[in-house]
Amino acid sequence: MSVALLLTVGGLTATGMYLVTSRSLSRIILGFSLLGHAAVVALVTAGGPAGEAPIAGRDGALTNPVPQALALTAIVISFGLTLFLLALAGRQQQLSGDDLVEDDLEDQRIARVRPDDDPAEVET
Amino acid sequence: MNTLIALTIIAPLLGAATGLAFRTNSRARDASTLLGTGVAAAAAVWILVRVADTGSHVMAVGGWNPELGIVLVADLFAALVLPVALLIIFVVEIFAIGQRRTAWGANPELAGPLLGVLTAGVSLAMLTGDLFTLFVAFELILVSSYVLLTHQGQRGQIRSGMTYVVMNLLASTLFLLGLAVVYAATGTVNMALLAERVPELPTGVRVGIGAWFFVVFGTKAAIFPLFSWLPDSYPTAPTTITAVFAGLLTKIGVYAMIRFHTLTGMDDLGTIMLLIAGATMVIGAIGALAQSDVKRILSFHIVSQIGYMLMGLGLFSAAGTAGAILFLVHHMPVKTVLFLVGGLIENHQGTSALDRSGGLAARRPLIAALFAVPALSLAGLPPFSGFVAKFAVISAGIEQEATPIVVVALFAGALTLLSMTKIWLGVFWGPSPELAAAPARAVGNRRTMVAATGLAVAGTLAISLFAGTLFELSQRASEDLRSPAAYISEVTS
Repeated sequence: MSVALLLTVGGLTATGMYLVTSRSLSRIILGFSLLGHAAVVALVTAGGPAGEAPIAGRDGALTNPVPQALALTAIVISFGLTLFLLALAGRQQQLSGDDLVEDDLEDQRIARVRPDDDPAEVET
Repeated sequence: MNTLIALTIIAPLLGAATGLAFRTNSRARDASTLLGTGVAAAAAVWILVRVADTGSHVMAVGGWNPELGIVLVADLFAALVLPVALLIIFVVEIFAIGQRRTAWGANPELAGPLLGVLTAGVSLAMLTGDLFTLFVAFELILVSSYVLLTHQGQRGQIRSGMTYVVMNLLASTLFLLGLAVVYAATGTVNMALLAERVPELPTGVRVGIGAWFFVVFGTKAAIFPLFSWLPDSYPTAPTTITAVFAGLLTKIGVYAMIRFHTLTGMDDLGTIMLLIAGATMVIGAIGALAQSDVKRILSFHIVSQIGYMLMGLGLFSAAGTAGAILFLVHHMPVKTVLFLVGGLIENHQGTSALDRSGGLAARRPLIAALFAVPALSLAGLPPFSGFVAKFAVISAGIEQEATPIVVVALFAGALTLLSMTKIWLGVFWGPSPELAAAPARAVGNRRTMVAATGLAVAGTLAISLFAGTLFELSQRASEDLRSPAAYISEVTS
């Protein structure tokens, strides 16, 4: 297993995770792209050392095709989801002028309730 | 049998496709999605009858050998949970027809077919015999749920949808990374082969894989520190959508956890699972008490109830797992019914906020009755199904002398009863609000909606009526999962 590939997975995961914790949806999308790449590289690395292309009739050390098939499926799914997230960010931009993830209104309302208040009467 | 298994996945997909083709004609669209789910549900019931009688059945898709290809396994656990899930979706679709235009929000032509895709995902998630197909099934379910939750494009839905999408996407990405780890460690993602190879791994690797997937499935199941997305996003969607999500989505996470962690024998995680189970029960129930809206109270209860299933799993005994399976079977219909009743309440008075409702028991005694049965069942009072399920889980705890978690479970049960009382006092008793709060026009066909809810309530009563049979089946399913030798030989031979 190649150390360089493992370091790549680690670096991509760390950067991706940092971006995902951000409040801006466009950064989150970038973060998910990086995390998706990390997962794909990890899957390919998990298949063992690289070898000849796995086509019937060849002998010698062949590359393990199973994790590559898994990685291909993962790429397609993450591609679709990135598009969906972009659409979501676009809609949020239309509605509020930015693409920040907002707080839960009901939570904020409950946080403002004081012990002697009637919770129903605190306005949002 | 192969045909039956394939039907549970293909029929809802075909229904969705025809529904999209006839999207301008609401009758044809409703009929095709309903037919798709109906056929799948009938096939699932038949599978249960066959599996309970003759044992599990393995279908190798495309005839590939299980190490390389996809296998669908109808074992007793899958066969027991699948019909319940599909029948729930069927009932909700009937409810949606009654609710007509308001059922799905702004784009009804999209929502029905999307629910069909979600249904196919649910069948695939339960029947699949390998982890990667489980990932694909999760994505199928989640992508349709993302769109169902946000397709109306209102501000509140986009806001809560973002939290929901980001949390679940993160869990999916972790799932994928976890798959790479599992493949590197064992060279397979087939669950039967994993059940064989994972117990032979060094303890550190084994527990690491178990903990990783506990976090992944735990995020989907909304367990204690990872539940924040759930009560935020569920209440913003239309009733029918929330009812399906509440009944099924988190439960798929629990289902995957029960399957993966018992098959691979992750007994070392038992203590931490019990700790988290206790925290999930209590914090969900306390969260529910703080809310003042029917849908939000019910959403927090989903979290609380997940704790009981996790407790059954965390005990890692045959009786505990059987209790968790029975709890799963009981919880799915009960939770869906409660959300459907929440929809009826909303339909009658235009709101589900407690402070703006009251006196519904006098005006609509039937709705009050439809609420009372599943509410008492959720709180675990005899003779309803919740009592049987809680009894199974808690007696398994007592059997293993896990006293702390048993005490916590009983305490959380009392809190549940308290918040159900809160809904009852707020909505059904007390003075009626001014009529201005009521919707200006009658919405939809109430008779169909009440009939669908009544059907689902009858279903929950049937669970308590046939509790003996169901418990016996859960025990057999749990023994199959805990000693997977038979499962392994059936899949690999």
